[in-house]
Amino acid sequence: MNLLGLYNYWVYLFLLLVGMYTVFAKNNYVKRLIGLSIFQSAVFLLFISMDKVAGGTGPIFTGNPVTDAVFANPLPQVLILTAIVVGIAGTALGLAITVRIREEYGSIEESDIRKMDDQS
Amino acid sequence: MMSLYDQLPILVITLPLLAAPVVAVLPGRGKLPWLFATIASALTFLIAISLACRVMENGTIPYLLGNWEAPYGIVLSIGPLSVLMAIVISGASLAGLFVSLGGMDKEVPPPHQPLLYACWLLVMAGLIGIVTTGDAFNVFVFMEVSSLASYVMVANGPNRQALPASFKYLVTGTFGATFYLIGVGYLYMMTGTLNMADLSARLADVADTMPVLIAGGFLMLGLGMKGALFPMHAWMPNAYQFAPSPVAAFFAACSTKVPLFVMVRVLYEIVGHHLGSYGELLSGMMMTLSVIAFIVGSLIAIYSEDLKRVLGYSSVAQIGYMVLGICLGTSAGLTAASIHMFNHALMKAALFAAVAAVVVRTGSSKIEDLAGIGKKMPLTMLGFALAGLSLIGVPLTAGFISKWYLIKAILEIGPLGIFLTILILLSSLMAVVYIWKVIEVAYFKPTKIEIPDARTEAPVSILIVLWILVLANFWFGIDPEFVLSLARSEAVDVLGVSK
Repeated sequence: MNLLGLYNYWVYLFLLLVGMYTVFAKNNYVKRLIGLSIFQSAVFLLFISMDKVAGGTGPIFTGNPVTDAVFANPLPQVLILTAIVVGIAGTALGLAITVRIREEYGSIEESDIRKMDDQS
Repeated sequence: MMSLYDQLPILVITLPLLAAPVVAVLPGRGKLPWLFATIASALTFLIAISLACRVMENGTIPYLLGNWEAPYGIVLSIGPLSVLMAIVISGASLAGLFVSLGGMDKEVPPPHQPLLYACWLLVMAGLIGIVTTGDAFNVFVFMEVSSLASYVMVANGPNRQALPASFKYLVTGTFGATFYLIGVGYLYMMTGTLNMADLSARLADVADTMPVLIAGGFLMLGLGMKGALFPMHAWMPNAYQFAPSPVAAFFAACSTKVPLFVMVRVLYEIVGHHLGSYGELLSGMMMTLSVIAFIVGSLIAIYSEDLKRVLGYSSVAQIGYMVLGICLGTSAGLTAASIHMFNHALMKAALFAAVAAVVVRTGSSKIEDLAGIGKKMPLTMLGFALAGLSLIGVPLTAGFISKWYLIKAILEIGPLGIFLTILILLSSLMAVVYIWKVIEVAYFKPTKIEIPDARTEAPVSILIVLWILVLANFWFGIDPEFVLSLARSEAVDVLGVSK
């Protein structure tokens, strides 16, 4: 197995772990959302890497009937397009909730908010 | 040629999906949107029942979206368990909406209500989509549709603590869905297809390989997070406690069961048979977690001080029973799990309806604030007590039927089964303790709080729903034939054994 040949998958793994670490280790809600986005991007990279065909072009239909062209698999790209949209919606919602938390508590640090909740 | 009747399988998803934006823009400070959402839910409920009749007669209904042949197009595949879940989801939505009629104004300001009801319908559409689709990636999309709307609904809770609770739910939910997506990715790498039936057939060629095992692990992890399986349950009691009470009634009845349904599909119809020697390892791990779930869940429920939290942790325990049934891998186990999914929805919806009634009148769900409430709201608390009996599993209630079938399934697996049975009985005893704790305070403690309102009994709409659900608990405890036949034919469908 060629370790360097799997370069994309190493990056995928690295981003996955960076994202997870950020979500669990950070105290600040915005930073945690950034971690969540990195985590999701890693998965996008996984899907995009798997559809690449060596020597293939982009899967663009030119109008001419092609029989022997080599092109990347379009399906994972479409799936990831959907997943990106879902990811953006999630991030936007998370940020909106963060804004509301800031309005109600005056802070977006989880430790501060825990303290306030324990007192009430 | 194409009559409306043939299109029912897709209408059950699109009806609430299309009704949602209409509800969002309707005027009327919550009343007109409520009416519209209720009509949409009721129609969906009727469609689900008519689909159930069709499935009972003719078996699984395949439906080709846009008439594209599988596996190139997306198919809906509506089996016996799908219709059972669709009935649970739309029924829970209908019950929750009637609870909202009496209970929502107190917790959510009327101008926010149209958007809340729009989210409500989106949750319902998403959940029904998950249980009806036959495409692995579609499950992810519907999961996110329902989850994103759920986060909004939880964040609308009256207390500011709803916001961090919703954030926690969002982070866990997104993790869960993304893990599921990774699992689907590995399966796609190995097979080049997303159609569940096709996946199962093509996985046979690559059975017992590492990527398939990893895919199975990621799928289970993601679904476990979504379904609040111990130890990934932390979001759930929080979300139920701080969400508006009618929303909690809706969610408690159906939202955590839908990921378990996907678990059934993954374990039995997709990767289950192709894991080789690892299959037992995976189901063994899940079984261990489920046993810890019902012991720890019941234990924490005993020590919780908020009524909604007690019920939330009790749900963690009940999820444990269901996962245990699913992971037994036998026809009896799957039947027991399917029955419990239905029965648990009945009891939890009833219990949360009673809690919503209490919150409307007293403004609190802390157990210590409920002293003497049994005398102030006799009908509500009697309903709570009877639904509690069902949760414990007293004979003649739906809960008894679930436990009976679960224990019967467990005893089939040999000596380990006896040990597990003792643990289940122990967990049921703990359920007696936490339900009794509430009853004791409600009936036998002197009244502390003064309820300002002259009317002390709950609003009529909540009472009606509560008592219909309580009676349904007894009905399905005495005559469980409808649920049983669907659960059994699901087991026959996926395991290929008649019993």
